[in-house]
Amino acid sequence: MLTYLVRRIAQIVPTLLVASVLIFGLQQLLPGDPAMVLAGEERDPAVIAHLRETMHLDKPLPVQYVYWLNGVLHGNLGESQRAQLPVTTLIAQKLPVTIELACLALVIAIAIGIPAGVIAAVRHNTPWDYGANVVALWGLSTPNFWLGIMLILLFSVTLGWLPASGYVSPFESLRENLAAMIMPAFVLGNAIAAVLMRHTRSAMLQVLSSDYVRTARAKGVLERNVVLKHALRNALIPIITLGALEFGTLLSGAVLTEQVFTIPGFGKLIVDAVFNRDYAVVQGVVLFTATAYIVLNLLADIAYAIANPRIRAQ
Amino acid sequence: MLRRLSPLAVLAAFSMLASVAHAQTLRIGLAEDPDVLDPTLARTFVGRIVFAAMCDKLVDIDDKLGIVPQLATSWQWSPDQKSLTMKLRPGVLFQDGEKMDAAAVKYSIERHKTMAGSNRRGELAPVTSVDVVDPLTVRLNLSAPFAPLLAQLADRAGMIVSPKAATAEGDKFGTHPVCAGPFKFVERVAQDRIVLERFKEYWDKDSIHFDKIVYTPIPDSTVRLANLRSGQLDFVERLAASDVAKVKADPKLKLSKITEIGYQGITINVGKSEESQKNPLGRDPRVREAFELSLDRDGIVQVVMDGEADPGNQWVAPSNPFYAKNVPIPKRNVARAKELLKEAGVTNPSFTLMTATTADAQRIAQVVQAMAREAGFDVKIQSTEFATSLDMADKGQFDAYVLAWSGRADPDGNIYSFDACKQPLNYAGYCKPEVDDILKRSRTTGDIAERKKLFGELAAIVLKDRPIVYLYHRHWLWAYTSKLTGLRTIPDGLVRVQDLRFQ
Repeated sequence: MLTYLVRRIAQIVPTLLVASVLIFGLQQLLPGDPAMVLAGEERDPAVIAHLRETMHLDKPLPVQYVYWLNGVLHGNLGESQRAQLPVTTLIAQKLPVTIELACLALVIAIAIGIPAGVIAAVRHNTPWDYGANVVALWGLSTPNFWLGIMLILLFSVTLGWLPASGYVSPFESLRENLAAMIMPAFVLGNAIAAVLMRHTRSAMLQVLSSDYVRTARAKGVLERNVVLKHALRNALIPIITLGALEFGTLLSGAVLTEQVFTIPGFGKLIVDAVFNRDYAVVQGVVLFTATAYIVLNLLADIAYAIANPRIRAQ
Repeated sequence: MLRRLSPLAVLAAFSMLASVAHAQTLRIGLAEDPDVLDPTLARTFVGRIVFAAMCDKLVDIDDKLGIVPQLATSWQWSPDQKSLTMKLRPGVLFQDGEKMDAAAVKYSIERHKTMAGSNRRGELAPVTSVDVVDPLTVRLNLSAPFAPLLAQLADRAGMIVSPKAATAEGDKFGTHPVCAGPFKFVERVAQDRIVLERFKEYWDKDSIHFDKIVYTPIPDSTVRLANLRSGQLDFVERLAASDVAKVKADPKLKLSKITEIGYQGITINVGKSEESQKNPLGRDPRVREAFELSLDRDGIVQVVMDGEADPGNQWVAPSNPFYAKNVPIPKRNVARAKELLKEAGVTNPSFTLMTATTADAQRIAQVVQAMAREAGFDVKIQSTEFATSLDMADKGQFDAYVLAWSGRADPDGNIYSFDACKQPLNYAGYCKPEVDDILKRSRTTGDIAERKKLFGELAAIVLKDRPIVYLYHRHWLWAYTSKLTGLRTIPDGLVRVQDLRFQ
């Protein structure tokens, strides 16, 4: 297990380095002059010149990269030109919000998706199965922003039960925090629940038809135990991978939902940064997200190893 | 467990938590997240809305665009118009308890002029020095007479900051701004909220009736309005024109509108790059005249803005005192447009109309395309992400570009940078010595009648050359709870917090 861990962790370093070059290089392909966008409506040439200088835009590209990498290695991701705040501060402000949102969404997704998938597989080709599939299809095909606005109209404007948008820190008021988060978490979780359900269903169908399940049944193991202990545990492997990947996607991909519910999270941070050509923020956030993805993948690998001893041996 | 905690039960439980309005807090929904809150460095329109509650200026403008006292109580131009002496209001304190006096004014104006990255430098360019005459009198010395100066001092260039705080914070002042306005800065979470708290020693404290203001940026106008309707906000700025009917029908809401001081128009590349000469639209003023004649501004306003704009053909709206009456809005005339194209020898000119990807800009492009087609124009629409379109405009890689300007109180701010040779906002690449000459003269005379006459002369030339075809002036649409009273509608679209209160 230990050598396995060391090997996996050693692979991270070159991956991150390549990612950093890509992040830096691809961003340079964005058309438009960041200094000009940041200079605002007046576009005073003196201001543009000043911005170019502070952003090192007047230096050759490799030099800019070295400046940036040097900062990154010292834990300094640069400063947002628009907000005039360090990128690390912005990330520290936004990340907990998005992590909370992602966790809630994932909890909702798992709570709906896995049981629905198991039921659909066990009751294969019955109205239960069809019903779960219809719900999954609905979840997959409903655009987030539309569902979000519909929920706001129903629960905030018409019924007045929930705040339409905004964010309250859980340390300020847990109740208000959950009230603000439940709709966006549901919107996000809804789509993932559908994916999880589909995958759980097909994995379970495969496992349920395998020999060892037949053996377990022949031995007279209770059907409940066959499904939950023998089959589900094995079927969970691809679902853990999927869950980890979806969690990574949630960190950067909750953009539309954050936009609709005005949640000051990570997705909104990066989208606004791209449109404002706030390079330092884009680079910092993308690097952070890439790192998060890689670490989540590693955690998923470790989770496999725990769930399935055969992987450790390989 | 899951069955017991059914979603409906959870929602019902939360319903009880739905926040109760804090009686003394004013919650304002903004259309964008403001940029840095340092008056010297600030660059966005939306930031000015926050400044209006936080930073008082030397002077302010009223609903007729007249200059009225704020931190300065009176002012006097020298006979040669090259110096402006201002008397300051006595007993004014900054939000950190420091005295607002002539030395602070000198400090602030010098900071605007010299700080690296200052966006005020251009606005205050003619100011060469500031003298402290006595603790409550300052004199601004100018290199040449500059009529728009007072209007500049009614905006960020006239905001006075606490020298002590500004010296201590340096270029980080925007994270803890300290001014002499009615509300002081408490905290800001980027893209989430800006919180201001009542400054108890504000010089005009009797006009302030809120303890706190919270600004929340909500870019989507539908969501902004939903927040207002559900009671999460008390006020939203820049309501979508299509939502006006909904607000009017709601007895809990009120609506205010003001015609903006800016404009929406189409900038034509008449000389920014060689490309301009390759296209008949950029090359031949007759083709541009035909293009303008093919447009029905009332129709554009109806389709694009649901009627929530004033049609216009100049840098200021027809209701503005500086509107040049000698060049009225031309009526649509397709027959004449066709004749002009024939004279120019191009019956079917083709050009590309670049637009940003905002809904308004795209709709303008589509309506213009359809209208111009009737006169024989073949307009190709090129939707381009804003930063990219700006870059292309700056490099002259365009034929025509849908571009709006938020406007300045003095008409000079709507013309000079756009029509004088080689100015940063002159994307059209327009350059004419006689225009430069009139513009310079309009800056150096303080006499309003004389300036009006000069703007009339200017309109006669520029509006015939058409580097910009002006289309309309949007209405600033504000929706707010009907409890809110005392709202003043000033054409700059900024919310004045003085006298605002809940009934």
